[in-house]
Amino acid sequence: MSIMFPLAIILLLLLLVVGGVSYAHLENVFGIFIPYLALAIFLMGFIYRILSWAKSPVPFRITTVCGQEKSLDWIKANRLESPFTTLDVIKRMALEVLLFRSLFRNTNTELKEGPKVIHWSAKWLWLAGLAFHWALLIILLRHLRFFIEPVPFAVDLIDRLDTLFAIGVPALCLTDVVIVAAITHLFLRRVLVPKIRYISLPADYFPLFLLLSIIGSGMLMRHIYKVDLIKVKELALSLVSFRPVIPEGIGVIFYVHLFFVCLLIAYFPFSKLMHLGGVFLSPTRNLANNNRAKRHTNPWNYPVKVHTYAEYEDEFREKMKTAAIPVDKE
Amino acid sequence: MSELAGVPKPEELLKIDYQPPRKGWMDTPVNFKPGTYCYPAASKNHKILDLPFPREWSPTEKDWKLPENWKEIVLNGIAERLSKYRSFKVFMDICVRCGACADKCHFFLGSGDPKNMPVLRAELLRSIYRKEFTAAGKVLGKLAGARELTPAVIKEWFYYFYQCTECRRCSVFCPYGIDTAEITMIGRELLYLLGLGINWALEPAAKCFMTGNHLGIQPHTLKDTLDFFADDLEDITGVRVDIPINKKGADILFVTPSGDYFADPGTYTCMGYLALFHELGLNYTWSTYASEGGNFGLFTSHEMIKRLNAKIYAEAKRLGVKWILGGECGHMWRVIHQYMDTMNGPADFLEEPVSPITGTKFENAKATKMVHIMEFTADLIKHNKLKLDPSRNDKLKVTFHDSCNPARAMGIFEEPRYVIKNVCKHFYDMPENTIKEKTFCCAGGAGLGNDENMEMRLRGGLPRGNAVKYVQEKHKVNRLACMCAIDRATLVPLCDYWAPGVQVTGIHEMLANALVMKGEKERETDLRGEPLKEVEE
Repeated sequence: MSIMFPLAIILLLLLLVVGGVSYAHLENVFGIFIPYLALAIFLMGFIYRILSWAKSPVPFRITTVCGQEKSLDWIKANRLESPFTTLDVIKRMALEVLLFRSLFRNTNTELKEGPKVIHWSAKWLWLAGLAFHWALLIILLRHLRFFIEPVPFAVDLIDRLDTLFAIGVPALCLTDVVIVAAITHLFLRRVLVPKIRYISLPADYFPLFLLLSIIGSGMLMRHIYKVDLIKVKELALSLVSFRPVIPEGIGVIFYVHLFFVCLLIAYFPFSKLMHLGGVFLSPTRNLANNNRAKRHTNPWNYPVKVHTYAEYEDEFREKMKTAAIPVDKE
Repeated sequence: MSELAGVPKPEELLKIDYQPPRKGWMDTPVNFKPGTYCYPAASKNHKILDLPFPREWSPTEKDWKLPENWKEIVLNGIAERLSKYRSFKVFMDICVRCGACADKCHFFLGSGDPKNMPVLRAELLRSIYRKEFTAAGKVLGKLAGARELTPAVIKEWFYYFYQCTECRRCSVFCPYGIDTAEITMIGRELLYLLGLGINWALEPAAKCFMTGNHLGIQPHTLKDTLDFFADDLEDITGVRVDIPINKKGADILFVTPSGDYFADPGTYTCMGYLALFHELGLNYTWSTYASEGGNFGLFTSHEMIKRLNAKIYAEAKRLGVKWILGGECGHMWRVIHQYMDTMNGPADFLEEPVSPITGTKFENAKATKMVHIMEFTADLIKHNKLKLDPSRNDKLKVTFHDSCNPARAMGIFEEPRYVIKNVCKHFYDMPENTIKEKTFCCAGGAGLGNDENMEMRLRGGLPRGNAVKYVQEKHKVNRLACMCAIDRATLVPLCDYWAPGVQVTGIHEMLANALVMKGEKERETDLRGEPLKEVEE
């Protein structure tokens, strides 16, 4: 169910775009209307979600500390894992966002005869996750060549590095290989590891299938059903200049690719993919561990009912006096 | 091997099935198996604390006597907390179910119950959030991971939010820092809105509210207890220590968990504080009103944390001290470090803490004005202010259990190790993945350290117990040091079960054994009254 439902949705959507372009000739819809719509949904949705998170305050400084605190001068503090200043926090967050520090800590725990509880280092998830995200970023940057004329040097350089090994014509991109391998790993562990399969929802498989569809259609377009890249760029430039024109005869595979990209970005703000924004707002990571040195205020802090010392002494005064414990009122 | 009533033997308990059931988790109802859940809070405790819907009820009965509009109460409770806690809101939304947290939880490792994977513990609440607060959940239902809020869900929450010790180990490994403790704390708050709580957390909270400490020790009894420790210390050391109580004009207010007054081996740690402060000639005071450093409000609700914690600053102000020193406790330090100043501060009536012995300024505590005793003592040792004879602890082979809260809320790793290494000669850390920020819980924190929950505690204690056993076998470790009162109570049965022969100790107990006091007689026994040297058998 968790797998079949999202797979069926993907196939249906594939039929929709192929039918729409090949038979109904809705190039305008799939080439202009849907991309604009998807982009609008993405931007508005993303901003809405961030604002809605940001609207809720952070009442307490609940840093998850992963290293030695800053206390006595002669004890070396771990400023990356137990940040004390804002700069430390920025470094910690950079490590988290760029290198997935927390995932790098991952262990795999097994119960063996003995009994022995053994904690193995387990870096595959970290590696696959990191490879996927970096490959995706490079692929996105690579695509800037379609949106900017002339192509900036940096984009060209990325392109050249990515095709360094020059296998085939046009050359196979390293990032394509990496991302397919990484997504395959992420998919397989979800299916094959029983406990991961148990926690997986359709919403966990759907983005994987969507990404594979995007990458698959992109690679097909580059290596097999070749499309006219000049025309693709013409469309892309017309879209970004808000004077959209559909060039004749780009080929349906391009529309498949574009449609799935549109789906992904429109789906983005309403899904777990928002971890992209959320990680920056996670209070256990983005706060300094300087709680006792610097006061944190809670905007909704309110008075509560307490049992005062006076009430306490009233109850125990005689007993306290008998025990020679000083009291406020004799 | 301890014979705990109703608890299977380790061989039996170790037959753990990590294979999840064929049926999905939403279709697997909760089963209240004796030994794995906590008894409900008595209605009198709800009443003392003015909590809603006090009543007698039982988890094993079908009808939990929920208030008529229970659903509305829960949904309003969730909505309110989404608007008040960014943590809660973000954590409801961004989990990608990567599963990195799954085998980080001691309760999952010890039980194999998939709902003890932190990710699923959170999904228990997330599924309701999706159904009621997100468009996708409303439209797609189960396909979007959403489900209907029913009384069965409430029962599941009660079972699993009280199978989490809020130890925050999972949040160390989560790529987004999702902290299950936040979810458990809020889940428990929602349950309290319906009058559902556990007695082992709420009774101490009620007692603390009225008498100043979790155990309900009244002022004169507290004085008797401390005097009794002074008598014992005098027998052992020949030195009579003073015990200042509720003393106005003292420099320092000392606050420690009440477990230290009450039961072995915590009492030895308490004697350790008395010996140390006397030896330093410290102008300090105990308080009978703020006679509790621990805070079972943390296991109840945010509001309760504040209500119980308020005493500490109030008493510091009344007594006119300069700053506050806090004893060896775990969750107490989560509250002191991460909540106290925000909730009950600013402590502008106190001074920035300075050690009267060494002159060291505790810059890291300059706002909250409360210093951890391990920071205080480590500083004393570093400045050679204590005369120590570590050979008095020669029979001890020591390892150290980082308590969850001082570890993951504060990062106090080196101070206790420095003190330990200066007061005994044989110290061995447990394996790297089981200490410091990756430390494993005693499985009895957060209100779960009661006897009725013993099987679950021992299950959850497996990873810690096994790491203790490892150093026991490798280095002949016979003493597990810790700086937490709950640990001193819960690690005892844990060690008896998983690493028999290892005893539990506080750090200031060992310190007082090694402490050479002015005018002392030759020591023959340690604070436990046992011979200093191992007796040949």
